[in-house]
Amino acid sequence: MTYFAGTYDVAVIGAGHAGIEAALASARLGCHTAVFTINMDAVGNCPCNPSIGGTAKGHLVRELDALGGEMGKTADECFLQSRMLNRGKGPAVHSLRAQIDRRKYSEVMKHKLELQDNLELRQAEITSIEKQDGGWLITTQMLAQYLCKAVVIATGTFLGGRIYVGEVSYESGPDGMFPATKLAESLKALGLPLRRFKTGTPARILRRSIDFTDLEVQKGDEPPQPFSYETESLGENKVDCHISWTNDRTKQIILENIHRSPLYAGRIEGVGPRYCPSFEDKVMRFADKPRHQLFIEPCGENTEEMYMQGMSSSLPEEVQLKFYRTIKGLENCVIMRPAYAIEYDCVDPTAMRATLEFKDLPGIYGAGQFNGSSGYEEAAAQGFVAGVNAALKIQGREPLVLTRANSYIGTLIDDLVTKGANEPYRMMTSRSEYRLVLRQDNADERLTSIGHDLGLISEERYQKYLKKQELKKAEIKRLQSTTVSPTQELNDLLVSRETSEVTTGVRLIDLLKRPQLDYACLAPFDPERPKLDPNIIEQLEVEIKYEGYIQKQLRQVEQMKKLENKPLPTDFDYKELKGLRLEAQEKLNKIKPLNIGQASRISGVSPADISVLLIWLAANKGKPNGD
Amino acid sequence: MLNSTTIAAISTAQGEGGVGVIRISGADAIATADKVFKNINNRKLSDMRGYTAAFGKVFLNGEPLDEAVALVFRAPHSYTGEDVVELSCHGGVFITQQVLRAVIEAGASPAQAGEFTKRAFLNGKLDLTEAEAVADIISAKNRSAARAALSVKDGVLRRRIDKVKNDLLSLAAHLSAWADYPEEDIPEVTDSMISNTCEAAQKELEKLLSTYDSGQAIKQGIDAVIAGRPNVGKSTLMNLLSGSEKSIVTEIAGTTRDVVENTIVAGDVILRLSDTAGLRDTDDAVEKIGVERAKKRLEQCALLLAVFDNSSALESFDYQLLETAKDVPTIAVVNKTDLPSKLDINKIESFIDNIVFVSASTGEGKDELIQAIAKIAGTNQLNPSEGILSNERQRANVSAALRSVKEAISALEAGMTFDAVTVNLEDAISELLEMTGEKASDEILDKVFHNFCVGK
Repeated sequence: MTYFAGTYDVAVIGAGHAGIEAALASARLGCHTAVFTINMDAVGNCPCNPSIGGTAKGHLVRELDALGGEMGKTADECFLQSRMLNRGKGPAVHSLRAQIDRRKYSEVMKHKLELQDNLELRQAEITSIEKQDGGWLITTQMLAQYLCKAVVIATGTFLGGRIYVGEVSYESGPDGMFPATKLAESLKALGLPLRRFKTGTPARILRRSIDFTDLEVQKGDEPPQPFSYETESLGENKVDCHISWTNDRTKQIILENIHRSPLYAGRIEGVGPRYCPSFEDKVMRFADKPRHQLFIEPCGENTEEMYMQGMSSSLPEEVQLKFYRTIKGLENCVIMRPAYAIEYDCVDPTAMRATLEFKDLPGIYGAGQFNGSSGYEEAAAQGFVAGVNAALKIQGREPLVLTRANSYIGTLIDDLVTKGANEPYRMMTSRSEYRLVLRQDNADERLTSIGHDLGLISEERYQKYLKKQELKKAEIKRLQSTTVSPTQELNDLLVSRETSEVTTGVRLIDLLKRPQLDYACLAPFDPERPKLDPNIIEQLEVEIKYEGYIQKQLRQVEQMKKLENKPLPTDFDYKELKGLRLEAQEKLNKIKPLNIGQASRISGVSPADISVLLIWLAANKGKPNGD
Repeated sequence: MLNSTTIAAISTAQGEGGVGVIRISGADAIATADKVFKNINNRKLSDMRGYTAAFGKVFLNGEPLDEAVALVFRAPHSYTGEDVVELSCHGGVFITQQVLRAVIEAGASPAQAGEFTKRAFLNGKLDLTEAEAVADIISAKNRSAARAALSVKDGVLRRRIDKVKNDLLSLAAHLSAWADYPEEDIPEVTDSMISNTCEAAQKELEKLLSTYDSGQAIKQGIDAVIAGRPNVGKSTLMNLLSGSEKSIVTEIAGTTRDVVENTIVAGDVILRLSDTAGLRDTDDAVEKIGVERAKKRLEQCALLLAVFDNSSALESFDYQLLETAKDVPTIAVVNKTDLPSKLDINKIESFIDNIVFVSASTGEGKDELIQAIAKIAGTNQLNPSEGILSNERQRANVSAALRSVKEAISALEAGMTFDAVTVNLEDAISELLEMTGEKASDEILDKVFHNFCVGK
């Protein structure tokens, strides 16, 4: 017998990285919020790599932090080692990545949820969502029913989860948790377009069984940088990572056993990501590559489990042990947890708006792997947006729509809801067309005011941010108006940096524009220089050096805005526009883009189709629905 | 139906040809035509099937204007996909204008520029590139233009663009993989890798762009001026080339007072030829204006045909012309080779590389002149079936792509980081993709996953 257990403004299903941010944002905005987890010990779990950030993902974490999200701060609290990736490749692609203590991360996040006002953290499997007067009625496996104004679905790999290891296959969530077996049926009944995706993870190996003697060591940056603009300092790196390589024998074992892979044997129907292939996939697809790299990463300070980055697999456990043991350093390795592939239910994200609310189900939102993405950071970013929008809607406030022009988060969501995902979607710097504007160093500049307006950034932090902006502006002004003389010392520096000498006085800003010079090296010629925060220096250097590119991208942003200011009707049947190719008609009818800009990003809609839309709009001025 | 208005316009070039066509398109096209057109056998157009014709008269305010043939097209089997009536009457500006006025008074709206094609396009009768290529074939004034227009549809141009695009795509994909997967063992991207690809792309894009000007010489024609002192035979020469009596040919010096324009086809090249007043001092006020204009034309033209009289020695105006010719692409045309030579040919050669000997009155030397023109217009180097840029949209895409490739090269030389260079490359790629109707970002990612072994 079901029983009525109460009401909430917002219910969040799942307490992974998406669910956590959704629940915290909603509660902090003042909504009475519940977050349901299938297992209280799975809150903020990292079932795959023990790290946060990485290329483009580091951008997401910084952006989330600027908006008032929690991931960056918690990652800082649990950091083991931190590195800025891509140094030397340019500021657009700098990305922060931190190895974290995964158990600690889970514990800290859980505690934050427990302490949050307006928030209730509950262990329960949600088995159904039904429409009812006043909102949505959700039911738990224990038959409790809650009436909620909004629901955020953040089920991760739990929803219809099924694990594959060679010939072995069984229903399961990640890390041996129970799967959510009933909810999918209920979601299908609501009309949500569900499909199967798959992902995988490598084995965890006992540290004591690894011989590190001949392995390359990978250390963190000194000093390590934090994610959060609120974290003052991280202290010192606590661990090292190690690098090893596969070899011919590893490959041989894969080739001999490939028929036992559930993927190659055709037992998995789910679509896996191209960028995150299992090791056997890599061997099969890039057959001429003699060896592959693998990173050995510690899972925490108080555990001997080591993560084998680059070696995910769904081959049988005995084959896994065989091929891991061919690798240098792992000759006597002991597997603590085998690698596995997991298949799960997720939704076609084109069924959602950019607010992450389903077009046909007002009040139902989706976030994270459920939306077809992959990665903790992608999940957290969406969770935040979904949670914020659920709360804003209940409060009758304007929705939060982040754009491609202001953030990677906006780019991620626009990609999902406009282009859809044919495989688990991972953020990459190449997905952003404005990447010299959307840098990890200036995430605060792009998003702090939005977070403040929402009410998720404290007044104190906001004032600190404004002060920082002022200091930066003043310093740029000073660099513009300060001239240095063409002394021998200056020219010596210029020659040593392989850039041309000067014969007359030169403004500091013009020297800084030269790619060969940086702010630090000009210190001896700039005695008046104020003491500035390193992040301010980083931002102003990039702004000065890349000014031309930044201006150009800002112009492209303006052009795109013009297209986005041409609204398209959402109730028009594009089949009536015979000038459109059939594929374009179908895609436009499916996505119902809000404007020409969004339409231009739909795959299957060509520039010629856009011309048709533009001409049609012009021909039907004042008659938005055609006639 | 997308648009309920019925539109009309004169759809033949004004003033050209013996027949003028007034096209009416839209739901009421046939009813509108019935109001102005009286069939000789009294049968109404609205009772006729599509693809049928009727002969009769067009009336304005009850007065007969002209005899006309009415062609009836029924939707969707017409150029625009709507009901269409085409009234063919006698050409000439006045008559066609009057017929159009009659049609508009009967309820049609004047069509905006390109509106028929727009409707055709919206009704799915044409796609954009097709529309462009078809328009080019229709308007092709000579063989080369027709061949060039066909080669766009056949995809020769497409293959040349694809080659550049794919090279840039592979490089951009390599750069993306290298940036997005810093810990995978992806081969280092080197300066020379980027500069080699960019320079090759630059070369090919520049080559394509240069074909545009030659292509335009074939399609649109080039501005050419024919100049020389009075009575060297400019007008006769022009008539020889154009095959019509456009300029007034007399024996009296100074007959051609003003710039007379004519479009003529010289081999594969269309010349928009101005016959100028002779260069000479004059007291005649009207002729003076003509001389001034001629000088101005001279400075701006893409080709100067400097005409000299074989039968007389060089005069001061000839020297003046030789001076001018130094700064303008010029062909020296030595006319009147049928008469005994008194001309200092060596002198002319010291100023002008291209000399052609003709007799405008006998037609001798015409072929040589046409070849010389082709050489200057660049069309002799041009094989239209190799695929050339044939319209402004394509040219704009290629030239923007070229600009971005050049920016990438200079960014690299200046020592900018590769993230900035990548942005330039992607700009170039997206221009080329736009030209061929594809999309940018997905292409690069597809290539990353295809070419590189990346993953956790």
